[in-house]
Amino acid sequence: MACVNPDGTITASATAILTALRSATTAEQVASLTGLPLFRVRSALRELLGAGLVVLEDGAYRLTEAGRARI
Amino acid sequence: MVMETETRPTGLPRLNEPAPAFEAVTTHGTLTLDDFKGRWLILFSHPADFTPVCTTEFLAFAEIFPQLQERGTDLLGLSIDSVYSHIAWVRNIEEKTGVRIPFPIIADLNKEVATSYGMLMPGESKTETSRCVFFIDPNGVLRAMIYYPLSLGRNMAEILRVIDALQTADRNGVATPANWKPGDKVIVPAPNTQELAEERMKAGYECIDWYLCKRDL
Repeated sequence: MACVNPDGTITASATAILTALRSATTAEQVASLTGLPLFRVRSALRELLGAGLVVLEDGAYRLTEAGRARI
Repeated sequence: MVMETETRPTGLPRLNEPAPAFEAVTTHGTLTLDDFKGRWLILFSHPADFTPVCTTEFLAFAEIFPQLQERGTDLLGLSIDSVYSHIAWVRNIEEKTGVRIPFPIIADLNKEVATSYGMLMPGESKTETSRCVFFIDPNGVLRAMIYYPLSLGRNMAEILRVIDALQTADRNGVATPANWKPGDKVIVPAPNTQELAEERMKAGYECIDWYLCKRDL
């Protein structure tokens, strides 16, 4: 897992992505804000969705309460 | 009696067809082919971690990485090694040479990606991928392939040249002649009717004959 550690904590890049999602709604915007490669953001968003920290609604990524609590 | 299992590679991928999809464990997490959509991707395989020719190639790929980024192109390596081996190797490269490997590497232990891309050449090795390079466009279409044997390290200038040529051809609707490099004249596609052939000679291009005309970009 590239975003969520085995102990439940999240990595620095995942924290940066969650922080970017305060204003960004697309993978492209997150990549631009964080400076991370787009492929890596897409992969991380998939993982963060699976972890329940992010939701995808109408093509827009949004933080969940659990995601907001990790920032 | 010892049963010998043999890896039988599937057919090679085809140019101008969708590149085989994959989901793979890499040094940068689990990645899919779709994660690279919208950008060019160079997917390349190497025989094994901690081997001499591969190490020189990784240093060379790291060196051209910024130039590839300028061309909107991502790099993705692959070998039939574990992700822990990949991590140990790239850390060793950085420790010994000071060069950080900036791109992800697929840990293709089950040979799934290697098989779907025809990276295994049993005549050469049944356990190592050959030195293959796949140029995949932003729509996920396979546009060019290079296959080198285990003993021959790849030429980074040629890899950059292929990307430049493909992008130039796409942008301008032209072809590129032998040994073309950026700044050189390009080839105007040959006319396919007699009328167009007659018009071509009057179009002001540099023509050897109607079927071979060049122009500046």
